Amino acid sequence: MLLVLLIPLLGGIFSLFFWMDVKRQKVVFLISTIAMTLAAINLMRSVLENEVITLQSGGWDAPFGISLVADYLSTFMVLLTGIMGLAVGIYSLGDMDRARMRFGFFPLMSFLLFSVSGAFLSGDIFNLYVWFEIMLISSFVLMALGNTKAQLEGAIKYVTLNIMASIFFLAGIGVLYGLTGTLNMADIALRINSVPDEGLITLAAVFFFIAFGVKSAVFPLFSWLPASYHTPPVAITAIFAALLTKVGVYAFIRFFTLIFTHESLFLDNLLIFTAATTMFIGVLGAAAQMEFRKILSVHIISQIGYLIMGLAIGTKLAITGVVYFIIHIVFVKTNLFLISGIVNRLKGSYELKKLGGVYHTYPFLALLFVISAFSLAGFPPLSGFWAKFALVKAGLVSDAYFLVLVALATGFLTLYSMSKIWNEVFWKKKPEDETNLEVETLKKERAGINRQVLLPVVAITVMSVGVAIWAEPIFYFAEMTAEQLLNPEIYIVNVLGVAQ
Amino acid sequence: MEDVLPFLIGGLYAGGVYLVLHKSFVKLIIGLIILGYASNLMLFTISRITRGAPPLVPEGAEALVEPYADPLPQALVLTAIVIGFGIQAFAIVLIKVGYRIVATDNLDDLNTTDRLDD
Repeated sequence: MLLVLLIPLLGGIFSLFFWMDVKRQKVVFLISTIAMTLAAINLMRSVLENEVITLQSGGWDAPFGISLVADYLSTFMVLLTGIMGLAVGIYSLGDMDRARMRFGFFPLMSFLLFSVSGAFLSGDIFNLYVWFEIMLISSFVLMALGNTKAQLEGAIKYVTLNIMASIFFLAGIGVLYGLTGTLNMADIALRINSVPDEGLITLAAVFFFIAFGVKSAVFPLFSWLPASYHTPPVAITAIFAALLTKVGVYAFIRFFTLIFTHESLFLDNLLIFTAATTMFIGVLGAAAQMEFRKILSVHIISQIGYLIMGLAIGTKLAITGVVYFIIHIVFVKTNLFLISGIVNRLKGSYELKKLGGVYHTYPFLALLFVISAFSLAGFPPLSGFWAKFALVKAGLVSDAYFLVLVALATGFLTLYSMSKIWNEVFWKKKPEDETNLEVETLKKERAGINRQVLLPVVAITVMSVGVAIWAEPIFYFAEMTAEQLLNPEIYIVNVLGVAQ
Repeated sequence: MEDVLPFLIGGLYAGGVYLVLHKSFVKLIIGLIILGYASNLMLFTISRITRGAPPLVPEGAEALVEPYADPLPQALVLTAIVIGFGIQAFAIVLIKVGYRIVATDNLDDLNTTDRLDD
């Protein structure tokens, strides 16, 4: 299990040695990310055999040492991290400009992958805080890398709100430690049952809710996302969209299935309210935008709403839906961002008004877009349909009609915003008002398609179609994950040892 | 001590939020730093303060005798201070570069990336 953490860390450090030599950095990054993905696959194989693998770092037994825990949820998130890191890394080989590469793009990517997988594997709340901080600092630098005006404006908001979130996280750790006297998640889950005052547990839960809410961009706390996600180069946006908000969602799932399982009407209502508003306001924001990447960025928020919806319903079927949804959304969303990057390379713009006619010149690209976009909107038989079907069915079974209604309306509006992109970018005729001079200058800036940018897009499309075709085995796995999450005893026994 | 610290923490939180809500870049940073202090102090206080009782096993005894100070919160606060220091250093540099390139000291002017049609 250590391999998935060590490889990207060593990769990052080694590429720091070649600070002036971008070519070697590329090689080191590719090798380390491929190795990390292989290590994640290997970890997945052994987790499938043993259910939960724990590693007590430093040889100190839990709850005294820091535990690293790989259960089904963490492992498949780590695997997704590896795959996405590899795909976006290959894309950035063809797309990232030299200046950014020289200022450490590849080491930063390695550190980002390192910290994200660390956050997934950590079994200790303070350790999780430290992983979050590593993740934040590398994403801060990636966000501001290049120092353009828009990036700095976005980065200032991103940095401010995320520092606030860390402060809340720390305060929540304080409250939880004061209540239980331990930092190990499994130990907390055991001891929290004997805390007499349920109000204080809810207080701690609200602290964590705010902290993870900012990271995963739920309704009242998302404003950093639309302000910043569309400003850096598309490869950075794509890796952020794939991983960062999902870390917040992962932390939500972990904390609200393991630690905060007590009956609390307030928390349940808070989750339902957040899920509904996040879904709906996110998609309304996306429908209002007129820029390719802004539509996709704001739309991330509404997808987070679906994930919180599954958590709010909380039945086995719902959690199964959430797990499948995460797999689906990571593939599809990253792919859409990468396609928007390719369109920008071809046409030199992200503005819907300036784009058009891509379908006539590049029908293959249009096909790739259609698969991802319709999957996002939930067209059968693509992966989004199965994900939403599971969530909606879970909602109907447990009488959460309000959430189901909002989810269906959101799906409809998603279709609207995706078809807006389709109409404006791919279907409509090229805008005629470009003067010849503009066309000339544009042609110089247009970069065209090369193999490095097309390969990951095709690969992710194939994988997301695969997620839809092999929906049954993946659902089977998601069901096992849900079962493990809803029976925290398995986790606790494995971390603390059988003796407990 | 334990009666005074909560008020101090509350005051720090209030002051931090007040400063963050200002329009100036520098006040934003100072506000964030103060909020960080407030959280560190809170982490320290909420895990119970014991004075003058280091967690050392006395000679001849097998285990610690109550009361003793819990060393873990101090380690946590120390880690949090170090991490916070790094993040703040980055934030200050970001604000400086931002001030130079965006050429404003008013946070309300940072709205070009949020506009619908630009």
